[in-house]
Amino acid sequence: MAAPMLTGMPAPGVDLVIREAHVLDPNTGLDGVHDVVVRGGEIAEIAAPGTATVPDGAEAVSGERRHLLPGFFDPHVHLRTPGHEHKEHIETGTRSAAAGGYCAVVAMPNTDPVLDSAPLLSALRDAARRDARVPVGFMPAITRGLQGTELTEMAELRDEGAVGFTDDGKPVVSAGMLRRAMRYQKLCGGVLALHEEDPSLSGRGVMHEGEVSARLGLSGIPSLSEAVMVARDAMLAREEEARTHFQHLSAWQTVEALAAAKAAGAPVSGEASPHHLLLTDEAVLSLDTRMKMNPPLRTERDRQAIIAGLRDGTIECIATDHAPHAADEKDVPFEEAPMGTTGLETAFAAVYTGLVRPGILPLALVVERLTAGARLVGLPTPRIARGAPANLCLVDLETTWQVGESGYESRSDNCCFAGRRLHSRVLLTIAAGAVAYRERSFALSAA
Amino acid sequence: MMRHLLSIDDLDRDAIERILARAASFAEVSGREIKKLPTLRGRRVLNLFYENSTRTRSSFEIAAKTLSADVTNFSPSGSSVAKGESLKDTVQTLSAYDPAAIVVRHPHAGAAVMVSRWTPAAVINAGDGKHEHPTQALLDVYTLHRRLGALDGKRIWIVGDIEHSRVARSDILAFTRMGAHVTVCGPPTLIPPGIEALGATVRYTLDDLREADVVYALRMQKERMTDAYIPSLREYVARYQINGRRLGPRQVVMHPGPVNRGVEIAGEVVDSPQAVITAQVEAGVVVRMAVLYELLAGARSGAPEPSAPVLA
Repeated sequence: MAAPMLTGMPAPGVDLVIREAHVLDPNTGLDGVHDVVVRGGEIAEIAAPGTATVPDGAEAVSGERRHLLPGFFDPHVHLRTPGHEHKEHIETGTRSAAAGGYCAVVAMPNTDPVLDSAPLLSALRDAARRDARVPVGFMPAITRGLQGTELTEMAELRDEGAVGFTDDGKPVVSAGMLRRAMRYQKLCGGVLALHEEDPSLSGRGVMHEGEVSARLGLSGIPSLSEAVMVARDAMLAREEEARTHFQHLSAWQTVEALAAAKAAGAPVSGEASPHHLLLTDEAVLSLDTRMKMNPPLRTERDRQAIIAGLRDGTIECIATDHAPHAADEKDVPFEEAPMGTTGLETAFAAVYTGLVRPGILPLALVVERLTAGARLVGLPTPRIARGAPANLCLVDLETTWQVGESGYESRSDNCCFAGRRLHSRVLLTIAAGAVAYRERSFALSAA
Repeated sequence: MMRHLLSIDDLDRDAIERILARAASFAEVSGREIKKLPTLRGRRVLNLFYENSTRTRSSFEIAAKTLSADVTNFSPSGSSVAKGESLKDTVQTLSAYDPAAIVVRHPHAGAAVMVSRWTPAAVINAGDGKHEHPTQALLDVYTLHRRLGALDGKRIWIVGDIEHSRVARSDILAFTRMGAHVTVCGPPTLIPPGIEALGATVRYTLDDLREADVVYALRMQKERMTDAYIPSLREYVARYQINGRRLGPRQVVMHPGPVNRGVEIAGEVVDSPQAVITAQVEAGVVVRMAVLYELLAGARSGAPEPSAPVLA
């Protein structure tokens, strides 16, 4: 069975020493001040502060009063290539990821044309080798053209390096078709990542169905649209023993359904996005189209359930569902706007500000959830350990900044946190052993 | 002074009472042989209607012309919109003509709010999707005041397709703000979940309709049947039609028009003295004059001051 692959970052490995940083890696149990030495792109040494052996010609970074974390892993982003490069492309999308502290991302297939064939996957991997700032994995479609009627050539796609399969943006409506995909998965492996909604319940909805939609006269998407599909597909996954991952969970009923499925032994996992952890449908009262996403922002009850699910591990990871759109596509009446918000550059700071600083979630748990996506799609978890490839993120937890004040690395600016003042800033991201991002004011120096 | 009228939520009770008092003062002008005031002379009012509308558009046009504004009607068909121009570009282009006000009707909720961000003109929401139709609600409040006096404590039932009705949303907000108790009633499939948050009580049958002082019937569109919101018009008529059998003799009947006689409301009720449907249409002009005055003229003009408060 083929192994999933990440592509990109051909740059030679960096030599670097990060001095006296608070190293926090819940995956290895590190939580204290250390010097960390990177040699040839690998973590060569984790030493007591001030005792590191510095390689010749290495650069030095002061980690004082800063936290060194494992680089984050996002199993769910939209790089919009091919076909929608006016929104994002591999270079800008991965630059955005690096600026947010991510050391790798997985791109979704709802592009134009849809990523549903091995030749296209091969071409995209070539493009990623050339343009990516952090390694990229690709998840091709489960069904051809995302039409829900014919399976893609999953085995050939896996041979070409597919990380897993998803029809993201659309559910696999037919239970029979999904069951077939689950059975075929036995041949080739690769997680099935599912966007869950029942179109007959979502209808023409543009936001969460509830008091706010009633007030605004906007058609609603009920929470049940997501929950009934998760319940259905978790049953299928259990029966077929198919590794299945539920994307961008938003509803309290879904968290209950997922917990029940896990308790019954289904091989399922789930992800939550920062916007569902931090915002509710009240944000839509402004009719700001940056607040329009699918699944929609839901109620405080839903938000609390998602937080609780993340805390107790029912939901294993945080994924951004980074969904860039061009400004003129969002600058229209709410009902006409496309769904989606960007998120890579704000994910950590938003979650840190909204959940860690107020004491709702511990920092270590958030860091674990920001890296766990790798494991869920069958890739090695970024970790700070001797001999591991350097996937690191240096953050200053005390800095504050206003989202959007100095623009975005993403090609798009449809960020639902725009204008908010956030705590913590990513200063440096090292992805697969190379410097992928350095904050403008942050200096490296000769060691 | 208000800058735009986008939602009934923009108005507190005082503002509503000020507009209605002003409308009452304009009623006298409508009775004159020469129906003209110089208030908005030389100022441009643009009617930007992306949806068909006869009564709302002509009512705004008559209101603006009565105040001596220069009115231009713009409809998207046969215009650059038909060639794919965006709403934003259209509004910015039309704003170059320096209109004092843009009256917007659009099939999508929130369109008027967006228009107000793109133009320096005052924006009046003349209906945006299923969201709001604030001047309709104001003219409904005005009509009821003329008929019943203050609305405090009055019981108003709004019957029919609440889900798709911008009139219902604006009316719930306006009626409750003026002290009335509002009940919405219709098939459960046409009552949006969460509507109670606007301050209305929900009922699914007309069993207690007699408790209402006012019965407001909404237009039932045939598409609701083909969209499977209701099984048949026959069943809808049987359960929800406002007719003589269900009404008490002193109940006031309203309808935003146009009426489907024999569907949501029986013809005999439309023609009965209980119905104030024509009065609603008449009120449309003076209320819209008052809104234009409030947004564009304020206390600066030489328009007549309200002679007596219409509101108790």
